Parts: sequence; C-alpha cells; structure tokens
Amino acid sequence: MKIKFMAIKETQNNTTSSRITRFLGSCLVLGVPALILFAFVFSPKDDTMEDAVRLLYIHVPVAIFSYIAFGITAIGSIFYLWKRSRWWDTTAHASAEIGVMFCALTLITGSIWGRPTWNTWWEWGDVRLVTTLVMFLMFIGYLALRQVPASPEVRAKRAAIVGIIGTINIPIVNRSVEWWENSTLHQQSSLTDGNLEDLTLFTWFLGTLIIGIAYLWLLIHRFRVGWLATEYEAQGYGVAIEERQAEARAHNTETSGHLEEGEVE
Amino acid sequence: MSHLGYLIAGWAIGIGVPTLYAIYILSRGRKLADKVPPERQRWISSTEEQSRITDGQG
Repeated sequence: MKIKFMAIKETQNNTTSSRITRFLGSCLVLGVPALILFAFVFSPKDDTMEDAVRLLYIHVPVAIFSYIAFGITAIGSIFYLWKRSRWWDTTAHASAEIGVMFCALTLITGSIWGRPTWNTWWEWGDVRLVTTLVMFLMFIGYLALRQVPASPEVRAKRAAIVGIIGTINIPIVNRSVEWWENSTLHQQSSLTDGNLEDLTLFTWFLGTLIIGIAYLWLLIHRFRVGWLATEYEAQGYGVAIEERQAEARAHNTETSGHLEEGEVE
Repeated sequence: MSHLGYLIAGWAIGIGVPTLYAIYILSRGRKLADKVPPERQRWISSTEEQSRITDGQG
C-alpha cells in the first residue's frame, strides 16, 4: 500500500499541463521570435507612421483578442445561467481575467503608439479610447464581484449577469470610429481598404495568430486553475463539515454518557 | 530605426506582461494540483491515463 502511494506521488500530474497545452506552448516558443523578426526586420515601415507602425503588430491583435475573451465570457455567462454548469462559469471567469490583461495591454501599447503618432499619450475626446477604458473598468468590476464573499452559486449568478452586461460594450468599442467619426483620432479599419503591403498584412496576421494561440494556451491553463481552486475549496468545506460532525458526535456521546450516569445514580 | 524607445517599451510590455501572467498561472496550478487528487483533475480524462497514474506506471 505504501509503495503504491509513493508511486502515485512520483507519477502524479502535479501541473495543469496536457498534450494540447504542450503543443500550443511549443508553437508560442517558435512563433514569438518569428513575430518579432517579421515585425522589426522583414516588414516595411509606414509612410506616415514610420517605424511606430511596428507597435500595431501587437496592439491590434491584443485588442481583437480582448473582444474575443470578453465575448467568450458572455457566452460562458449565458450558458451558466441556462445550464447552471460549473464548467461554463469557470470558462467565463478564466476568459474574463485574460481579457482584462489583454485590454490593459491594448490601452498601454496604444498609448505608447499614440505618443509618437498623435503627439499625446491619451486623448479624453477620443471615443474609442474612452469606450475601451469603460470596457476595461467593467471587467475589473466583474473580477472584483467574484471576490465578494457569497455561496458559489450566488457568486456565479451575479458574475454571469455582469459578464453579459459588460459585453454590450464590445460592438460600441469596435464600431465607435464609424459611428462617431468626428470624435476620434483613430483611423477606420486599414485591413479592408486593400492598401496594405503584403508583408505588413502577413505580419499582422502572424501577430493575430500568435496572440490567438497565447489566448488559447492561457485559457486552458487558467480554466484548470479555476477548476482546481473549486475542487480544493470543496475539499476544505468537506473537511470542515466532517470536523463539525465529529464534534457533534463527541458532544452527543458525552451528553448521553452523563445522562446514563444520572440514571444510575 | 525611428521611435526605438517606444518600440522597445511597447513590445517589452506586450510580451513581458503575458509571460509574467503565464508564470503566475502555472505556479498557482502546480500548487493547487498538489493538493487535489488526480481523479478530480478533469483534464486527466482518459481511463487509460487515470489508471496509469494510479497504478504508478509513469
């Protein structure tokens, strides 16, 4: 029995890795240096933005995947409210956390790009900047709400409602440059106008692919961490309940003992 | 190359932040996985893999 126990310890999978995450991780190890090479060496500089365009190869993909991450949170939230499944709640939570990180990166890299291009770090009059900030703050609120003490079901339900409401902002952020043309420094989509050089376009797609793989890799690991945290919490509750039951049994035994003694007397 | 400082700052943050987050997630997962039995780790899903772990056949 002892040997078997030790064997379990030796071979236990004490990570959140699996074959799929190892494959995705390997793609990232190869893909990130390739992206840097294309962004800094092979792709040409822009006529108006000059070399600052190289920041867009990371800024645009993280922005796209912050939308996707929050979209997955909304889908997970809807399915949680429908099915009451812990799987969907854990997925929504995991995706929201990664989305918040990507959204923060969108704001930071955008600000760094804006300084040499627009000569400003931040412009309160720009509708896309402000709506992105609002979206970021809404999902910070979502994560904060999940920390408020409550039963797991109540916590998940509250978060799901906020997750769905927060996602309403995605089309507003995305379409803001078209809806409020005069209130933004942002240009309209360059991908669809056909004026991009092949290598610029390829580097953009490569950046999107790499950030997409990073999102998927992080999502799987973060989901598993969330799953383990719930399992561990459940174990903790289990131990606490057992302790209480043992205390109650001991108390009952003691009380009945006293009663028996009293009866003898 | 123009705007080199901005480029380095933007890319360092763009790659550095997700890397740090990934390290945090992996270490948190490792700590939690030690405390939760393998049969409750749902990604070890196949019966073959479960039995390989519990039988200690590496």
